[in-house]
Amino acid sequence: MMTKLLQLLTALLSFATLLAPPTLAQSPAKVSPDLVEAYVKGTWKTPAEGWQARIDQDDTQRACSLSRNQPAKAEFDKILAREKAAVVFPADGVVLGKWQDGEKVAQIGTGGQFTDSPTGPRGGNCYACHQMALTELSYGTLGPSLQEYGKIRKYSGDDAKAAYAKIYNAQSVLPCSNMPRFGHNKFLSEQQMKDVTAYLFDPESPVNKK
Amino acid sequence: MRTFWLPVLGLSLIALGWIGCGSAAFAQTADATEKEIERYRAMISDPMANPAFLNVDRGEALWSLARGTKNVSLQTCDLGEGAGKIDGAYAKLPRYFKDADRVMDLEQRLLWCMEAVQGFDTKDIIKRRFSGPGVVSDMEDLVAYIAQKSSGAKFAVTHSHPKEQEVYAVGEAMFYRRSAVMDFSCATCHSEDGKRIRLQGLPNLTKPGKAVQETMGSWPTYRVSQSQMRTMQHRLWDCYRQMRMPIPDYASDGITALTLYLTKNAEGGEILVPSIKR
Ligand code: HEC
Ligand code: HEC
Repeated sequence: MMTKLLQLLTALLSFATLLAPPTLAQSPAKVSPDLVEAYVKGTWKTPAEGWQARIDQDDTQRACSLSRNQPAKAEFDKILAREKAAVVFPADGVVLGKWQDGEKVAQIGTGGQFTDSPTGPRGGNCYACHQMALTELSYGTLGPSLQEYGKIRKYSGDDAKAAYAKIYNAQSVLPCSNMPRFGHNKFLSEQQMKDVTAYLFDPESPVNKK
Repeated sequence: MRTFWLPVLGLSLIALGWIGCGSAAFAQTADATEKEIERYRAMISDPMANPAFLNVDRGEALWSLARGTKNVSLQTCDLGEGAGKIDGAYAKLPRYFKDADRVMDLEQRLLWCMEAVQGFDTKDIIKRRFSGPGVVSDMEDLVAYIAQKSSGAKFAVTHSHPKEQEVYAVGEAMFYRRSAVMDFSCATCHSEDGKRIRLQGLPNLTKPGKAVQETMGSWPTYRVSQSQMRTMQHRLWDCYRQMRMPIPDYASDGITALTLYLTKNAEGGEILVPSIKR
């Protein structure tokens, strides 16, 4: 009972911090976006082959950058509609893979860095930001706890589908979320996203079992 | 003599380094190591205990070494406080330099002086910008020496020239600029108090205060996990690496803009360098 209450409280608290506007040092100094882009260009004059796309922003990244992740209502709605339309579910509709492989996706923090081998391990690094299994003490706090995520949702199929969509494109749910768009940016494979969804939703997963 | 205790610390920190790959067993080790780091932090100003003082010594020698086509030393290089004046110079950088008509950080300024004052080809210097096994970095050594001459001083960038204000604003915008396959910006990890990634605490660098002051006041630093002395150029290289961005150009104006943004936010913070940290 007490722990339930505590959980509720922490959930409420983390929700509150999510909604609270970030405190800015001073109101942002005025600077033209073109000037900023000129500096960006000068900082990566000759990126390695295939890397220019990492520097260029898509519309959503640009809108979130300019608004410091606080888009005005109209922009918010625009991003939401655009990102929602871009979610691709598995063709057969099955969003759950193997939780054991999903655990690796949650743990692995490498892949895609200029020091990583292109063929080396690649993961979603979920633990960088989320608490998941109770037994894993090395977790970050940039995102809310996902402990007992499936259990709390009674292993509902619809909720699992919603989680898959969240992982595929976090901004299809919350525009300018700090969470990466793993499927949208082609960072994780469909199989990896199914596996990590299973990590959240399989009753046997350590996320749901004490 | 200077480094006799380091292998011990090095070992426990190597273990800590693996936290990035994640395992519950490391949590306790990390806690203990964190305490250990605190203890060693107290020793940072002790030249007998901090290997970065080797860099300081080498930097001092480099500063007065005549080289380049003009065969002169850097001793007439103006770091902003007048030709050859080093004391307190680091506390006011990055700043606007009239002769170059640009805002420069220490590393940009040193490269400029090497070329303009010494007639020195900086290509090889830039190639060796970060030290590693078998690679000594002149830049890291010079920064260690010059920054140490501001140890005890407080950050006080001038911020009066329009270019300085413009570059600060650019740096602030770059701090919030999201890009690459993770959609990260610096703000993703450094804009809230008390957050951490895995077990590593993340300083909030967006508002004046203790967190940003202590952060900026502790660079350059001897990084035990890398067994090298590192400058802010390397720290930002490392953060852009985590952001999945391409390698940023060394001593580019964008890195200076970010550094000015951070240094201005750290105004009034005490510089205690070279420090020592994970
Ligand atoms: C850089 C930080 C970061 C990473 C990495 C990250 N997340 Fe998130 N995540 C967040 C934040 C912040 C939120 C809360 C805001 C939101 O809902 O978008 C969140 C929300 C979520 C939610 C919704 C929680 C709810 O309220 O129901 C799920 C599910 C989730 N993340 C799963 C994952 C999974 C699985 C991974 C790894 C594949 C992952 N996250 C990686 C930051 C991150
Ligand atoms: C994905 C997360 C992430 C992003 C994005 C990120 N950093 Fe970091 N940053 C870290 C981590 C982790 C550390 C190391 C903290 C430690 O060693 O305790 C760090 C350390 C730093 C430090 C030194 C902190 C200290 O106490 O010495 C500075 C300064 C810094 N980052 C600035 C930036 C800037 C500027 C950007 C954007 C260009 C950026 N970071 C982007 C994760 C990030």
